[in-house]
Amino acid sequence: MLSRPPSPSPAAAPGLADVTASDAALRRFLHGLPGVDAVGLDARAATLRTRSIKTTSKAFAIDLAIRMIDLTTLEGADTPGKVRSLCAKGAAPDPTDRDTPAVAAICVYPDLVTTAVQALRGTGIKVASVATAFPAGRAARDVKLADTRQAVADGADEIDMVIDRGAFLSGRYLAVFEEIAAVREACGGAHLKVILENGELATYDAIRRASWLAMLAGADFIKTSTGKVGVNATPPNTLLMLEAVRDFRAATGRQVGVKAAGGIRTTKDALAYLVLVNETAGPDWLSPDWFRLGASSLLNDLLMQRQKLRTGSYSGPDYVTVD
Amino acid sequence: MSTFEYAPAPESRAVVDIAPSHGLFIGGEFRPAADGKVFKTVSPASEEVLSEVAWAGEADVDAAVAAARAAFPAWSALPGAERGKYLFRIARLLQEHSRELAVLETLDNGKPIRESRDVDLPLVAAHFFYYAGWADKLRYAGFGDAPRPLGVAAQVIPWNFPLLMLAWKIAPALATGNTVVLKPAETTPLTALRFAEICVQAGLPAGVVNIVTGDGATGAALVGHEGVDKVAFTGSTEVGRAIARTVAGTRKKLTLELGGKAANIVFDDAPLDQAVEGVVNGIFFNQGHVCCAGSRLLVQESVADELLDALKRRMATLRVGDPLDKNTDVGAINSAAQLARIEELTAAGEAEGAERWSPPCELPSTGYWFAPTLFTGVTQAHRVAREEIFGPVLSVLTFRTPDEAVAKANNTPYGLSAGIWTEKGSRILWMANRLRAGVIWSNTFNKFDPTSPFGGYRESGYGREGGRHGLEAYLDA
Repeated sequence: MLSRPPSPSPAAAPGLADVTASDAALRRFLHGLPGVDAVGLDARAATLRTRSIKTTSKAFAIDLAIRMIDLTTLEGADTPGKVRSLCAKGAAPDPTDRDTPAVAAICVYPDLVTTAVQALRGTGIKVASVATAFPAGRAARDVKLADTRQAVADGADEIDMVIDRGAFLSGRYLAVFEEIAAVREACGGAHLKVILENGELATYDAIRRASWLAMLAGADFIKTSTGKVGVNATPPNTLLMLEAVRDFRAATGRQVGVKAAGGIRTTKDALAYLVLVNETAGPDWLSPDWFRLGASSLLNDLLMQRQKLRTGSYSGPDYVTVD
Repeated sequence: MSTFEYAPAPESRAVVDIAPSHGLFIGGEFRPAADGKVFKTVSPASEEVLSEVAWAGEADVDAAVAAARAAFPAWSALPGAERGKYLFRIARLLQEHSRELAVLETLDNGKPIRESRDVDLPLVAAHFFYYAGWADKLRYAGFGDAPRPLGVAAQVIPWNFPLLMLAWKIAPALATGNTVVLKPAETTPLTALRFAEICVQAGLPAGVVNIVTGDGATGAALVGHEGVDKVAFTGSTEVGRAIARTVAGTRKKLTLELGGKAANIVFDDAPLDQAVEGVVNGIFFNQGHVCCAGSRLLVQESVADELLDALKRRMATLRVGDPLDKNTDVGAINSAAQLARIEELTAAGEAEGAERWSPPCELPSTGYWFAPTLFTGVTQAHRVAREEIFGPVLSVLTFRTPDEAVAKANNTPYGLSAGIWTEKGSRILWMANRLRAGVIWSNTFNKFDPTSPFGGYRESGYGREGGRHGLEAYLDA
């Protein structure tokens, strides 16, 4: 995944460079995207939720979900010890079964990147860092860029940035675009995930526009949310973003990933998200390179269900590690 | 396993116990046909014989009408609140038995368990709950101070939604104080007979509901019977015409809910992803065995290519197969006869020059199956644009302006339903005022609710079912 070159605009969106030529052009383009009927979108997500994933497909999906996890701790109380413990968990999630796959990445605040990089050396697990004054994003652009550069310099493989929702909601799309493009550049070789914060964008039309805006500006991934507001990833808003990456690839040839974050706690939830990926964007997105689940407690539920499938009995929360 | 394929997830058949033979339900009891005749009902997905069912002849129809007549005075004299209690009890029992009924419906009809479980059964119970609520409020329904029931209702229903059509017929009839003789379709009699057992369990007085199973001749004997005061039919326009001729000049009140060739109209400012879902739901829901199916897609030319690409991509994800599998989207065609009709009309579509497309899809080797199919390059003159196919076959036509969309949508002898897809509210209202269809959906399709009246224009029939309007068909108003 990291072998792909950084993709600054306009190379971010071949064939669509002219739509970002001015604020007016960008606005026309984003407002010209097809609208979203909320009732219909919710209904489609609810129907896909009824898919029944059993036996061999459940085993496959549980392992895939584990491999897609960005195992996350984003608390003021985080310490190097906590992060090291999480890194150990991510590398070998189930001490009773060494065949359990490792997670995709460990996601931390920028000041803990160094700790995570040391703890994960040799595991192949990526270090993801939130940046750009996460979660509110309320800081001067220089500060956001410095935040990003520091995290990358400390060894972060992936940067999870937040967009300026204030600028987006007031219609200053080009400002949002330029900021994402600047962070993209500051990332250098690191992968950029752009957090839209769907809960604050509020409408599905806005989420579709923000998805396209982020992709036009060079996002490698678009991400639902910070996990710090009331509404985070939901099946419909993730489905909508999966439609956006599908359509963006059809329009430009460039594939962008999706990360659903916040509120995904059970195996049933995780499997439902994989069904959304499978039946919306398609099998091309069913890999940790193109779909991630930002979560913390989800991992233990997946491990418990994995143990149950393997042994036939459910052993409970004391048989997985608390980290 | 290296790709995410869904392992089989079949709903268990163990919840339903199908007796090897079934009698007619007359006067609160099950009995064989007077002449002992029977017919077999099969599972269309496997052609397995599910059960033998009594074949009612004229003597049996006579007995059923007599039983309904005998029950009428006491039933109609009950206070509305008491009739309501029975209906509430039936509604609750339907909910309690919903899993069993869903499996039975799927076995006998071929529709996916996802639909019988999530659409049919919840709507069936909701219909009984809704009309149970009306039973003691009829004087406030707008049909006079003391509206009176008609008497004995003869009800003939189709095979596409066996239990739901039963609910549409029986719930308002009983709420208003009528007694009924219902004939389910020949290919799908089992859930109606299970419903009869629920009536017994609910303690419904004998003769209030009678079920006679049989073929078209049984139905003809029933609607032509002298002792019947009301005829309600849902089915083909051809049979509806015959019934209208039979009933003409008699005292019998008639409602007909017949065929359709609905237009699903997509404008270039539509929410495209949801429009695609709506088009798919409009024609592939219940294998297209839906009288109000959106079988004609009218798409604005400026967005036609984009929409068709998206539609084909979406059709390729439809899961066709075992109706009992919880992940199946499209089930079996209900009968060999219906499959033959679909095949004949699609062959005509190709012969007339329309372009046929289906996604790659492997069909089971036994049973009756038809792949989801799309016709492009269709003109108003093609048979696939004019005749009701009643299968998973969509005809795509284009238009340039709203006026043209209205003209093409209305250019059919039918007028049951229509769909409008646009983000512009004023256009929805402008279109709805001009479309000749009994039901118009905007930015959705095939949505049903017991509170909403349903019915058609012209060759789609007359009278309304559902809602307050649905009471009128069973009242002397």
